Amino acid sequence: MANINILKPTSANFQTYLYIGTGLIFVSIFDVFLRSFFNINFSTSLPGILNFFLPLIIGLIGFQMIRLEYSGNSIVDKINQSVNNNTFNAGLTLVIIFLTLLVIPPALNWMIFEATISGNTKEACAATEGACWTYIKVWFRRFMYGMYPNDFHWRINTAFITLIGFAFVGYLMRGKLKSYITFYYAIFYPIIAFIIINFLISGGSFGLEWVETNAWGGLSLTFIVSFFGLIFCFPLGMILALGRRSELPIIRYISIGYIEFWRGVPLITVLFMSSVMFPMFLPSDAFVDKLIRVIAAIILFEAAYVAEVIRGGLQALPRGQYDAAKSLGMGYWKMQIFVILPQALKLVIPGIANTFLALVKDTPLIFVVGLSEVVGMLQMAKTNPKWLGYAMEGYIFASILFWAICYAMSKYSQYLELKYKTER
Amino acid sequence: MSHRIKRIIPQLLTLLFVLAVIGFFTINAQLNMDERGIDFGYGFLNQESSFDVQFSLIEYDGSHSYAKAYLVGLLNTILVSVLGIIFCTIIGVIIGIARLSPNYLIRNTAAWYVEFFRNVPLLLQIFFWYYAALRALPLPENTEPLFGVTYLTVKGYYIPRLIWENFDILVYSILAAVISIVFIRNYARKLQEEKGEQIPVLLISIGLLLIFPAITFVTGMVQLEVALPVLKQLSKTSFIYAEGLSVPPELLALVLALSLYTATFVAECVRAGVQGVSKGQKEAAASIGLTPNQILKLVIMPQALRIIIPPTTNQYLNLTKNSSLAAAIAYPDLVLVFAGTALMQTGRAIEIVSITMLTYLTLSLAISLLMNWYNKKIAIKEK
Repeated sequence: MANINILKPTSANFQTYLYIGTGLIFVSIFDVFLRSFFNINFSTSLPGILNFFLPLIIGLIGFQMIRLEYSGNSIVDKINQSVNNNTFNAGLTLVIIFLTLLVIPPALNWMIFEATISGNTKEACAATEGACWTYIKVWFRRFMYGMYPNDFHWRINTAFITLIGFAFVGYLMRGKLKSYITFYYAIFYPIIAFIIINFLISGGSFGLEWVETNAWGGLSLTFIVSFFGLIFCFPLGMILALGRRSELPIIRYISIGYIEFWRGVPLITVLFMSSVMFPMFLPSDAFVDKLIRVIAAIILFEAAYVAEVIRGGLQALPRGQYDAAKSLGMGYWKMQIFVILPQALKLVIPGIANTFLALVKDTPLIFVVGLSEVVGMLQMAKTNPKWLGYAMEGYIFASILFWAICYAMSKYSQYLELKYKTER
Repeated sequence: MSHRIKRIIPQLLTLLFVLAVIGFFTINAQLNMDERGIDFGYGFLNQESSFDVQFSLIEYDGSHSYAKAYLVGLLNTILVSVLGIIFCTIIGVIIGIARLSPNYLIRNTAAWYVEFFRNVPLLLQIFFWYYAALRALPLPENTEPLFGVTYLTVKGYYIPRLIWENFDILVYSILAAVISIVFIRNYARKLQEEKGEQIPVLLISIGLLLIFPAITFVTGMVQLEVALPVLKQLSKTSFIYAEGLSVPPELLALVLALSLYTATFVAECVRAGVQGVSKGQKEAAASIGLTPNQILKLVIMPQALRIIIPPTTNQYLNLTKNSSLAAAIAYPDLVLVFAGTALMQTGRAIEIVSITMLTYLTLSLAISLLMNWYNKKIAIKEK
C-alpha cells in the first residue's frame, strides 16, 4: 500500500502533484497519438503487454495524483467529480479518450477532408482515399423520388408542400372553428391528403400523365407510407383499445384476438401476406394497387401496437374519473370522448411517439413486395455496374437521414409531452 | 330490458361484421382456388422439396420433404434469435449500467450509442454490416488469426470445432451436479432458518459444477478433440478454412445488427429498472446491517429485476420477430426458406403464409403466457 500512498496528494503538496499529474496524463495521450498516427513508439524495449498498456498506466498514475477532494481548484474539482472519482472510472475515462483519438480523426478524414463531391462520374472519386459523396450527389434524385420520371418531380414537391400547408391550417383555426379541429385532422385532412396524392402524384387526369406506383420510391415513398400509416392506425388503435377495455364480452374478446394476433407476427410476414395471399381473398375481378395493400397491411399491424399503448393510458386513469363522468349522466361515448380519452392520450404521448417511430423505421420492409423507398433505392444503386463499391457512403447517408427524421420526431414528442403536462 | 338490449346490440353488430368479413374472404378464396384448379390442403408438406439450403443445423438436401425444410428454417431462426438474445443482453446490461455511471464521458458515450442505434432502421443496419462492413474483411488467404485459432474472413468466421466422444455422459454429469446443488441449497436454507448458520453455497455450487464433469474427463469416459481451422486451397485463387466450424457472414451480420439494435432497448429497460428502486430501500437495508453485497443481492436486484424483466422479455420477442429480416440478406431462416423458396415452388400461398404466421404467433403467445405467469408470481403481494 505504501507506494500507492506516495501517489496520493495532500492539500500541502497538491500544486506540485497537480503539475506532475496533468503532465503524465498529457504524456499518455501524446504517446497514443504518436503511436497511432506517426508509428513512433518510445517504449519498444519493454515487454509486449507492458508496452501496449503503458499509456494507460501512465495516465492512471496521473489521474491518481490529481485526485483530491476539495482541492480548492474548481476545474480540478469538477474533473475529479465527473470523470475521476475512483481508479476504475479514471481507467474508463482514459480508454474513451484513447478510442476517440483513434477513431475520430480517421473517420473525419474519410468523411470530410479527403472526400470528393465534385464531378458526375465514378472517375472523379478514383483519385482520393476518402468518401465519394459524388455518388450520393448523382443518385440524390433517385434516393428522394425513386424511379419517378425526372420531369414530374415538381408534382411530388407540390403535393408535399400543399399537404404541409393544409396541416398548418389547423394551427390557424381560432374561435368558433377551433372546436372542429379534431374533426378536421381526423376526417377531413386524410381525405384531402388522399385526393392530393391520388391526383397529383399518381395522376391520370387533369392533363397529368399517370405514373404507376411501381415507379414511386425513395424518401417520398417513405413519407407517403408513414403518413397514411400514422393517420389511420391511430383511430383504429383507439377503437381497439376501447374494445379491449369494454365490458361487453364479445367485443372484448374480438379486440384481444385481433391485438394479440397482429402483435404476434412479424411485419415481414404480414407484408408477404398482403402481397401473395391477399389477392386470393378478393373477388377475381377486383384489383387493389400494391401500394394500397401495403399501406393497409401496415395500418392493421401498427394499430395493434397503438391499441396496447393507449390501453396502458386507459388503465392508468383512476376509477374516479369514470365514476365522476357517469354521475354527471354522460353516456359511454360522451364519457370516453370528453373525459377519458383526452386524459389517457396525454399520458401515453411517449409510447405513441415510440410506436410511430417504429412505423417509420419499418417502412424499408416494403422491399419484400418490390417497392423501394430509400433503403431499397440504395440497394439498387449499389448494384449498378457504373457505381460498384460505394455501399458504405450510401448506408451512411441513409442512416443520417433516418436518424435525423427519428430524432426530430422524438424531440417533438418530448415537446408535446411537456406542453400537455398537467399536474395530477 | 332496454339495458340488456343496449348491451346485446353492439356485440351482435360487431360479431356480424367480423363474420361478414371472414365469410367474404373465405368465399372469395374458395372461388379463386376453384378457378385456378388448386385444392386447399397441407399434403404438399410430405412432397420432395428439391431445393438446397446454404446453411443448416440438421442434415438436409433437396431429397427431403418440405416439412424438413420448414424445420431447417425454424432451427435457423431459433439459432439467430438465441445468439441475438445472448449478445443483446450482455451489451444492453453494460450500456444500461454505463448510462447510470457517475463518469460524465461514459454516461454520454452510452447515451449517444442508444440515441444513434435505435433511430436507424434495423434493415439498414443489417445491410450496413452485411454489404459494407463485413465485405471489407480480408480474403481467407490473407487473414491474420484472431485469438490465435479463429479466422475472421470475408467468407465467414472460422472457429475450431469441438469433437466430443460420449457427449451424453458429460450432460448427465452436469445434470447430476445441478441436482445436488439444488439439494445443497435447500439444506443451506434449512440450516439458516433453524440454526442461523451459513455455508458458502456459491463456492460449493461452482466446485460441484467443475468437479463432476472433470471426473468424467479424468476417468476417460468423455473425450474432447479440437479440430482447428486449416487453410485449404479449392482452386487457383479460391481458399477456405476447412476442418473447423464456419459461421456464414449472413449469420454474423444478422446477429451483429440484431444485438446492437435490440441492446439499445434492453439498456433503457435496465436503466429504468435500476432507477425504479427507491433510494430509501438501499438506506433501509444498510441500516439493518446488511453488507453491500447482500444489499445488492437481497434488496436491490429482486426489485430492479421485477421492473426490468417484463419489458426485456418483450424486447426478446421483438428480436425474434425481427430475425425474419434475415430474408433480406439471404440467411436461410423460416421466412426465406419456407415463405420464400417453398412458396415459389409450390404456389400454395395460403397454406404456407398461414403456417409461417402461426409459428411466430405460437412462439410469441408461449412467451407472453410464460411472462404473465412470471409476473403474477413475482408481483408484490400487497395486503
